[in-house]
Amino acid sequence: MTATTTSRLPDLSGSAFNLRSFLHGLPGVDKVGVEARAAALGTRSVKTSAKAAAIDLAIRMVDLTTLEGADTPGKVRALSAKALRPDPADPTCPPVAAVCVYPAMVPVAAEVLRGTGVHLASVATAFPSGQAPLDVKLADTRDAVAAGADEIDMVISRGAFLAGRYDHVYEEIVAVKEACGSAHLKVILETGELETYDNVRRASWLAMLAGADFIKTSTGKVPVAATLPVTLVMLEAVRDFRARTGRQVGVKPAGGIRTTKDAIKYLVLINETVGDDWLDPDWFRFGASSLLNDLLMQRTKLTTGHYAGPDYFTLD
Amino acid sequence: MPESSSSRSRKSAPTSAGKAVAVRRSSAVRAGTTAGVPAVAPVTPPGPPGRLAVRKTYKLFIGGAFPRSESGRTYLVDGDNAALASRKDARDAVVAARKAQPKWAGATAYNRGQVLYRVAEMLEARHAEFVACGVPAAEVDAAVDRWVWYAGWADKIAQVHGGANPVAGPFFNISAPEPTGVVGVVAPASFLGLVSVIAPAIVTGNTVVVLAPAPQAAIILAEVLATSDMPGGVVNILTGHPAETAPWLASHDDVNALDLTGVTDPALAADLERTAAGSLKRVVRPAGDPDFTADPGLTPMTSLLETKTVWHPKGF
Repeated sequence: MTATTTSRLPDLSGSAFNLRSFLHGLPGVDKVGVEARAAALGTRSVKTSAKAAAIDLAIRMVDLTTLEGADTPGKVRALSAKALRPDPADPTCPPVAAVCVYPAMVPVAAEVLRGTGVHLASVATAFPSGQAPLDVKLADTRDAVAAGADEIDMVISRGAFLAGRYDHVYEEIVAVKEACGSAHLKVILETGELETYDNVRRASWLAMLAGADFIKTSTGKVPVAATLPVTLVMLEAVRDFRARTGRQVGVKPAGGIRTTKDAIKYLVLINETVGDDWLDPDWFRFGASSLLNDLLMQRTKLTTGHYAGPDYFTLD
Repeated sequence: MPESSSSRSRKSAPTSAGKAVAVRRSSAVRAGTTAGVPAVAPVTPPGPPGRLAVRKTYKLFIGGAFPRSESGRTYLVDGDNAALASRKDARDAVVAARKAQPKWAGATAYNRGQVLYRVAEMLEARHAEFVACGVPAAEVDAAVDRWVWYAGWADKIAQVHGGANPVAGPFFNISAPEPTGVVGVVAPASFLGLVSVIAPAIVTGNTVVVLAPAPQAAIILAEVLATSDMPGGVVNILTGHPAETAPWLASHDDVNALDLTGVTDPALAADLERTAAGSLKRVVRPAGDPDFTADPGLTPMTSLLETKTVWHPKGF
């Protein structure tokens, strides 16, 4: 797929055949090439002032997430407070991009976050499996939006996608997007279950065609979560999508990103694949929980000149 | 036929290597021309003229492995190459020590004693190696004895240093010693000194990052630890200049205590003590020049212990 293609998209709505032919007409992903490229970009060395800037940007891109059955209102309140002031000892530390919780916890987080500029994301549509009837998923979405979420993370039906029922997945995303109203829609592809890079590319295009504002790699609930090559394939998809339609779509790798080193590799990947336009919390997010503490520890090391320890940062 | 006879003769060859070679050679000669197999050239016995010296590079000991210094630096010590540790090696060693600490502290005291005793056995077995690198035989004996002495304390220190407290109330009140955590140790140059600072720290469940000024004996000790039952990361040994690496341990927020026994320069010791105060570390700094041949008493162990006191209601 070349970025210079400017041909208009065919009309895909309402035709399962057209959608299928379009997705299968996308060029295949060179598996060896994409893995080698991601590995090569992962070796860049980012130090001193560039590292400080990268850490602050990465903090501003974090979707601070807690998606556990054991989440309590107290934990969500603490997490929301941390989102606003990640490092209470240092007022120059920026807030994170958003807090991501289950729909039941949205009112609790909304109380803390309302009017602060930190977004409130909620997973919906029978997260994490997505195996529920459409009306349940839509009700889930509407409830979350009504409770105060301004970003919705939906999961696609991997079962339908892998069975080749692209139109089913497409219509589901369109319906959820409509239920979101003004809230941003992030579509979770769950790349760990899609088996191939070709499927990741197809799912990315499918989600973007159906109106996704963001495409997100994973739920964090399956063993294989975000990886650099998968994110690279998705970044190429959003780049090519903008080249063909003029609409910019964001990318959110989630799950398994735990260290500052990993986060900086993703930033290098954005810079080298899609450029500056995506180096912004509005267009790129990290779905993570433990990443933030590592970013804060590295930040403290840079500002104080000595190594930081995990005892000095909150667990949640 | 000659082949099978040769293999049979090899199989039935006696255990002595010299004889086995002789048998093989004679059978090959017998097989020689008739089977078209070229005769095996006589094996040159190992000896000075034809053999290259295999010289040892003394590397670091971090997390149970023997890496070179991250910086790639080495320095010459009595004609041997030894790794010159950098601040990033100290950082990696602290990470390894922190990772190993909960499991080591959670092992039963009896088990820790057994592991330490096993180390003493392996020390004894390598007696000649320590003597060969310049440690007097009597000092090696003393070091083994010292190690065994500390091994015995593993399941006794809690009885001597803790116990039930009489209180005026219906409570069962008990104090138990707990390890401080990760201890940074600047070791003395002598081998007995090295053993006398490592053993008391780890026997109670601490893990250590040791800055050893005498690389050969320290790394042979590391080889002893690696081939005994000691879990990786409990003892990490960095060789090089303590004046370069010690300040990084002193200021590190994830190091809980600092043993300055081996610091000979009073100005540096005072500096390290001041830096360590920044993160409220325990600091061990014996007055004067310690005599390691004397009975160490319990202080080396107790100064790296915290006391946990539990009030347990009774009589309700």
